[in-house]
Formats: sequence, C-alpha cells, structure tokens
Amino acid sequence: MTLAPENKTKKAKKLSMKARYEALTRGLDWEPSYVEKDEMFPHLDYEGIKIHDWAAWEDPFRLTIDAYCKYQAEKDKRLYAVLDGFAQGQGHLGLTDASYLNAMKIFIQGVTPLEYGAHRHFAYLARHFAGPGPRFAALCQSIDEIRHMQTEIHTLSNYNKYYSGFHNWPEEYDRVWYLSVPKSFFEDALSCGPFEFLIAVGFSFEYLLTNLLFVPFMSGSSFNGDLPTMTFGFSAQSDESRHMTLGLEAIKFLLEQDEANVPIVQGWIDKWFWRSYRVTALVAQMLDYMLPRKVMSWKESFELYFEEQMLGGLFEDLAFYGITPPRHVEDAIKEKEILSHQVYWTLYQFSFAAAFTTSAPSDEHMDWLSQAYPDTFDTHYRPLWEKEKKNIEAGGRHFAPGLPQLCQVCQVPMLFTEPGDATTFAQRESEFEGEIYHTCSNGCQWIFEREPEKYRQAWLPVHQIYQGNCGGPTVPEVLEWYGLQDGDAGEYIGSRDHRNWQAWQGEAAADTATPDETKAGA
Amino acid sequence: MQEQTTADDPQTKGVRDVGVVIQESENNRPVIEAIEADNPGCSVMHSPGLVRITAPGRIVITQETVEEKLGREWETHEFQMAIVSYFGNIQEWDDDEIVIAWDH
Repeated sequence: MTLAPENKTKKAKKLSMKARYEALTRGLDWEPSYVEKDEMFPHLDYEGIKIHDWAAWEDPFRLTIDAYCKYQAEKDKRLYAVLDGFAQGQGHLGLTDASYLNAMKIFIQGVTPLEYGAHRHFAYLARHFAGPGPRFAALCQSIDEIRHMQTEIHTLSNYNKYYSGFHNWPEEYDRVWYLSVPKSFFEDALSCGPFEFLIAVGFSFEYLLTNLLFVPFMSGSSFNGDLPTMTFGFSAQSDESRHMTLGLEAIKFLLEQDEANVPIVQGWIDKWFWRSYRVTALVAQMLDYMLPRKVMSWKESFELYFEEQMLGGLFEDLAFYGITPPRHVEDAIKEKEILSHQVYWTLYQFSFAAAFTTSAPSDEHMDWLSQAYPDTFDTHYRPLWEKEKKNIEAGGRHFAPGLPQLCQVCQVPMLFTEPGDATTFAQRESEFEGEIYHTCSNGCQWIFEREPEKYRQAWLPVHQIYQGNCGGPTVPEVLEWYGLQDGDAGEYIGSRDHRNWQAWQGEAAADTATPDETKAGA
Repeated sequence: MQEQTTADDPQTKGVRDVGVVIQESENNRPVIEAIEADNPGCSVMHSPGLVRITAPGRIVITQETVEEKLGREWETHEFQMAIVSYFGNIQEWDDDEIVIAWDH
C-alpha cells in the first residue's frame, strides 16, 4: 500500500538542512576563555600538519543529531526484525553449505574487533580535533563503529549456537597467528597521530579499499543464503558511505589547508594503501575459495572497485592537489592474478592451527578458477591441487608441520612471490641496529625502513611461540592457549560442522522424500 | 552472474564515471527508478542484493522525482537507508537534491 502524497503546503516550517547543520556545528561551538586553545587541543602539531581554518571543513552529509538518531534507529529495527525471523525459522539450514561459514568466522574473529578499535579512536578524534565539523563527524562515526561491533556479534551469534569457530573470537584476535594481520594493522593505525589515523583508517581503509573489503562479503552472504549477514552488511555499509565521505573530506581538507601538508599526506597514502591492501589478502582468498556459490573473483573485484573506481576516478581528482597514486600500486596490480591462490594454499596447509576449516577445491570449483584466472590458475595452481587430490585419495591430506616465517610489517606468512614472477618467492631483508628484519614485499620493506623503530616492536605470533610465550612448545599446547576446541580447526570434510550439516540436510531430505528414495538423501 | 544494461550510449570519452551502489529491495525500487529517470545515460549493474548505478561525470538524486515514484513524502536524509557505497564526491546533500560528482 502506498500513501497518497500529502499537500506540500502543509509541511511544517523548519530550518533548511544547511541551516540546521550550521547551527549544530558552528552555533554550538565556543572559544575557550580560561585555557589556551593549544592546551585544549594538544595533539594537533606534532605530525607537522598545518591547519589554518578549521571552519573550512564542510560535511556534505549535513547530518544533525535528530536525523542521525532517527535513521540509525530505523536501521537497527530493520536488522533485528531479520535476525528474529532468521532465528525463528531455522534460517541457518538454508545456507548453501556449512563451509560458507568459514568466511564469517574470519569476519567475526578479524573484523569485529577492528570496529571496536575504530569506535575508540574516533571517540578520541571527536575530542581532539579543533573544529566542530570534524569533531561531530568523528563522534557519529565512533557511535557507528560500536553499533557495527554489536550488530555483528548479534548477527553471527545465531551461528554460534550450531557451528564451531565462533565461540572465542576476542581472545583469538589477541593470540592467533593469522589474526595478527588485521590486529597489527589496526594497532599500527591506533598508535599514529590523529591526522595520520584519519588518512589510515578514514581515507585508505574506508574510502580506497572499503568496497573491496565489505561489498564482497555482502554479495557473498546474499548469494549463499545468509540473510542476517547481508542485512547487517547493508545496515553497516549505509554508515560506511558516511565514513567514506569523512575520509575524502579529510584528505581534501588537509591538502587545501597548506601546501606543506601535501608530501606528508602522500607519504601516509603510500604507507596505508599498502598496509590496507595486505589485509585484503584475507578477503581475496575468501572470495575465490571460501564461498560455495561464487559472486565474483578477486581479480574482477579488484579491477572494478580499485582500478576502475579509485585509480581511474579518485586519483585523477587528487592529482589536482599534486597527489599521485600510491607507491607500489603496480605490485598490487600484478598480484591480482595470483594473490588469492597463494594465500588460500597457505591457509589450507596451516588450518590445523586456525579457528576455521579448509578443504581442497572440487573439480567444478577449479574449472571456475581456470575461467576466472586463465593466465595463472592452470599453470601454477591446478597442478598443486591435482597433486593434493592424490594425497587425499591416498589418505594423506597435507598439513604443513612447523611454523611459517612472518613478514615483520604485515605479519602475513612470507608466501608472496616476486612481482610479475609467480615462481620466485619474494624475501626482503633490512638491517636495523645490528638486527636483520624480513619483509614480504617491496611495499612492506619500504614501510619498515621508513619507521624501523616502530616495526621492530611487532608482536609476531611465530616468534612468540618460539620464545615460549604461547602456552608451550607443542602444537596442542599452543592450540589450547588459543582457546580452540574440537571441530574449530583443520579439514572441513568430516569436521563436526560438516557431519552436522549432512545430518540436518539428510533429515530434511528424508522428510520430503518418498519412501523408496529415502536412502538417496544425504 | 551480473547483468548490465545501459540506457543510452553516453559518448563521453574523457569524462570519468561516478557511481552509487544501492541495496536492492522493494523499498528502494522507486529510488532506483528515480535515479534512472533523472540521469539519462546511466548504466545499471545488478549483482546479488545490490544495484550499482554509474554515470559519466555526475549523478543527481532529486527529492521531487523520488517522491513522485514513491507516492509519499521523502526527505533526502532517507537516502542513507538505501546507499551502500559510492564513488565520486558528494558535492551536495540538500533538502531537494543529492549530487555525486568529481571535483576536478
């Protein structure tokens, strides 16, 4: 049913959006009288950024508190209606396959804690920026981020009732090796000054790479029967467009305020593009290997959301200020053909120590990969999986014993190859105060050498295990320290989730089958 | 998996696209129709749960057209309920219209 349009002349008179926003961000601000402004905002000078006029900050969203609350409440209402319906209707049985949830396990373990980190740090920005416009935008984002964390937990807690791998994510985030990738990324950003954080998270993460990070998750969940995650994703992503605006506004504001800001901002873009890009390695393998029903390949997604929209669109715009595309972007472009395969091959071998399971791709899946990666899959990766198929047939599913060497900066195992040569492992060495540090790529090496005193302090999970800080020297002791339980790790086929799934689907098939077909069920 | 339809052949070499991604839902259908009506030359791509609308240079969303398609009052703030992502810069978000375009 639709309502007839009401007579427009009856609209109550209220201020225009522009006037309301002005009133909120300018009208309510005040000049300090009994302290100096520098004392009130003490963290704004040490990064070298020069701001002459905070009032030049303009938030295109012109969001006010009443509008913010109204629409956020509506978003939550819609999400929780879906969550209730899903739980009441045993919606989890409608997923394409229980293996799909491996992607969601990585999401709650690796992304949800980042939302909390973002909540904290945007609250800090909301206190410390000297202009009311950016302070209010940061305040909204801070509240958004804690909403994202809470709604993610609520959304995925439905699966925790029935599936492994969801039960101990906060502790895992602090301890488990592959989760140190997003954790160290975000803590790197949290330990920056306010302006660098804004470029790191507000711009590089939220604008440059947000589509690569989140849109595939949502389309993937939509396509694999995961209605709650899809709804959560849309709900969060609608805030995300506001965050993108903040990020873009931030960078333009800094570049317009003073020419001396340009090289500082360029350095941050160079650093944070590569830092964020390395985190997307986990998304790449998820798209190509973890979704039972495929949405789009990593390569396709990278071309669309990054090369076309960002390099072809955004950076042309930023060229006006003298900003160039991020350093090492060419290496990322070369990697699009091989990234997901190399990452998944590594996770496959080390999933005995992870809070998710992996499985070798089926023949049909490999055909999809050949078609999506005509230049690389059949040459380099299909032979590996064919060999592994023989291992599995012989009862010897391959796990890599031992621990991988990690990159000092991104903390991903050193699995990457030289740009343009998929057969030679990349290994970079840098010396700092008599110690050797290893990095996985030109990008990470450049980042290390720019701030070696920061990155030498990295908490590298493998080093920590060897130093005896992770429960003990054996694998079972480490896994216990991780808080893993039976069924969390290893091979998917035959795992607890897989057996349960088959039993539940078998029951459903048995219920609907005619008597003489019951055996064909599972 | 993804279908793309182009309303017009834009013939706009050199003009960079901007785009907006909207959740595909019953509520948002009239909003999507309004954008198509107000932006001749836009391309529409459907992927699971999402609609991605791109156009050379500029996309405008006008309150009047959305209200017409929706058959009720609609304030531009409500677009926050529909938008998933965008590329370009939000140049205007006023009572009567939202404009996405590159600045330079």
